[in-house]
Amino acid sequence: MTEPRSGGGRADRAWLLSELPVLSPEALHQCVLTDARAGGRLVGLWAWPVTGGIELLSVVAFDADGRLSICRASAGAGATFPSLTPLLPAAQAFEREIFESLGVRPVGHPWLKPLLRHADLAEAGDGAVDAHPFFRVDGPGIHEVAVGPVHAGVIEPGHFRFQCAGETVLHLEIQLGYQHRSAEALMLASTPARRLVIAESIAGDTVIGHATAYCDAIETLAGFEVPPRAQALRAIALELERVANHVGDLGALCSDVGYLPGAAYFGRLRGEFLNLLLALSGNRFGRGLLVPGGARCDLDEVLRAELTQRLARAQRDVDAVAELVFSEPSVLSRFEQAGTLSYDVAEQLGMVGPAARASGCRRDVRVDHSSGFFRFAHIPMAHLEGGDVFARAMIRHVEARRSIAFVREEIERLPQGPLVTTIGPLARSAVAVRLVEGWRGEIAHVAVTDAGGALRSYHIADPSLHNWYGLAVAMRDQQISDFPLCNKSFNLSYAGHDR
Amino acid sequence: MPSLIRTRWSQGKRTVRFPAAPPELPERFRGRPVLDASRCVDGCRACVDACPTHAVQTDPLRLDLGACVFCPACTETCPTGAITYSTDYRLAASKRDALVLAGDGAPEAPLVEALDWRMRRLFGRSLRLRQVSAGGCNGCESELTALGNVVFDLSRFGIQFVASPRHADGIVVTGPVTENMELALRKTYEAVPAPKIVMAIGACAIAGGPFAGSPAAHGGVPRDIPVDLYVPGCPPHPVTILDGLLRLLGRIERRRQA
Repeated sequence: MTEPRSGGGRADRAWLLSELPVLSPEALHQCVLTDARAGGRLVGLWAWPVTGGIELLSVVAFDADGRLSICRASAGAGATFPSLTPLLPAAQAFEREIFESLGVRPVGHPWLKPLLRHADLAEAGDGAVDAHPFFRVDGPGIHEVAVGPVHAGVIEPGHFRFQCAGETVLHLEIQLGYQHRSAEALMLASTPARRLVIAESIAGDTVIGHATAYCDAIETLAGFEVPPRAQALRAIALELERVANHVGDLGALCSDVGYLPGAAYFGRLRGEFLNLLLALSGNRFGRGLLVPGGARCDLDEVLRAELTQRLARAQRDVDAVAELVFSEPSVLSRFEQAGTLSYDVAEQLGMVGPAARASGCRRDVRVDHSSGFFRFAHIPMAHLEGGDVFARAMIRHVEARRSIAFVREEIERLPQGPLVTTIGPLARSAVAVRLVEGWRGEIAHVAVTDAGGALRSYHIADPSLHNWYGLAVAMRDQQISDFPLCNKSFNLSYAGHDR
Repeated sequence: MPSLIRTRWSQGKRTVRFPAAPPELPERFRGRPVLDASRCVDGCRACVDACPTHAVQTDPLRLDLGACVFCPACTETCPTGAITYSTDYRLAASKRDALVLAGDGAPEAPLVEALDWRMRRLFGRSLRLRQVSAGGCNGCESELTALGNVVFDLSRFGIQFVASPRHADGIVVTGPVTENMELALRKTYEAVPAPKIVMAIGACAIAGGPFAGSPAAHGGVPRDIPVDLYVPGCPPHPVTILDGLLRLLGRIERRRQA
């Protein structure tokens, strides 16, 4: 007998809510577990309030088939739902958020500590941060190290609590939420122009990634396809963003192991790629480039020639510095076998992006769930087996190279035609789930409309939401002095996680 | 070693000549907006309706640089070109009110008053800063980090970011100051020994930016923390921040734009 399920298919279409039958929370639970056993990966689990209770939406991706499985369920007021987390750890953050934001309890969740809202459910008792003290290890010689939320460098806030035996980290707990700006709720109350600016500010280093996901979601709900030239420009900007960040991370990794030539050269080169985005869009992070319906800045002949020349020079410099760094024994001895994350753990946690690919997981939205320009122009997926800092550094170099090559090739053959189309009203009572491979990994935006075609719920999953737990696990049995290096090798977003 | 020397040679010297020479910025760079109220059509509110952060008002035409996220919305909506972006990177100001641009007459720039002689004697050639990200999206934080790279090389001016507020002469705040960071921001501010300076970097720290009105944030640096330097932008270009800092320290003379 087949189990009841709601629906599924490719990510680049909208579903009318009427196409997705409402299941019971138990049936949704069963459905997700069945999909997970069949090789599916949890993209997210979200909920929104409806009259008399909440609605739940689960999305599981079958990466090899390029297919999503979507389940919709409802639960009455004061109801509960069975927690997936004990069997599917990838669900832990999503369920904690549903509990703290809507007060609906995932029964059986082992650790309902607030994820983002440090005080929201304080009156409810176990919903408050204070009701969940940091996990502690006791014993002779065990000591505790607390770091943050204000860090030593120019870094976003988060709190790290280490349980150590001497230098060795036994356990690391990461408490985030300091950056929570209520972006999703603000989306619903905002004008379309404001929404775009909010999307660009979910994670300020992933402007193009999140803006693409937002525009995709709106365009999908409106049933519009973006003109080919705009699709190409979006893809080019996405890859420039990836290169800038990957190159910057390589510099920061050099800095953390005290290899100053690498830090200085890569640090400067990061700026070269940001300056390419600046030349194209007027902003170093590409703000203002995207708009639902297309792109706002064109690549004219003069600019194209300039970019071609500057890209060639930057590529040569990146390769020269990478050769220097990756052949330096003092760098390699710090990178190798530091913060190793096994393939099995990465799979269980549902990790995404280069951090997952460095542990051997084969997933890349550009390949698996390609949309926009990536349906026509392909970037081969990079993956490595090591799972250590070296692998996470090397994969950045490989990906940066491939992205530079992609941009150099595509700016030479941009499709002709208009840059932007006017998009119409959004589909009524519909949902769009859009995935974009940002430089950190899979970005998911979920938009739900009401019977009048207005946004009634909006959800954002930055790749960091999947990956922060991976850092905590990778630090086990490592030296605490290697934490900055391990942390940088993941370089996750606090603001993206907290929204 | 030979490859190290070869690479060092080919990388060359990359530090910008700023402030000795103006920075090189591309023509599309969205710097200081230029307003021309004489072009406004009576009753037209296109820019006001388009602005995502309520930074523009008409009758009379005004633009609040502190609230502006420097997006193209107003300029592409205005039917007469009454608002355009210039590539002028000088945006910082010492007073919140000075960030409001008027649409009549010549724009006044830059608007930073240098610190008084006592503060300049203390900090003019050696300034230590503590950065507090209070809901910042990592845009402003990234540009502050970029100030330390070989291109902008902040340390050549004796300015450094330090690890503890107790070692600092001031704080640099980014982000709309979230509920969850307010306490940490206040504690950090209090831990800096007096006399101290406070800088609000970016639209969020000045007026909440894209997150103005958020139930989980305060719309920028709380009013009871006195701000000495506002640097608008989303995020501000590193040169914009550097320009503001050097003017505050009296290391760039106050000049009016021609």
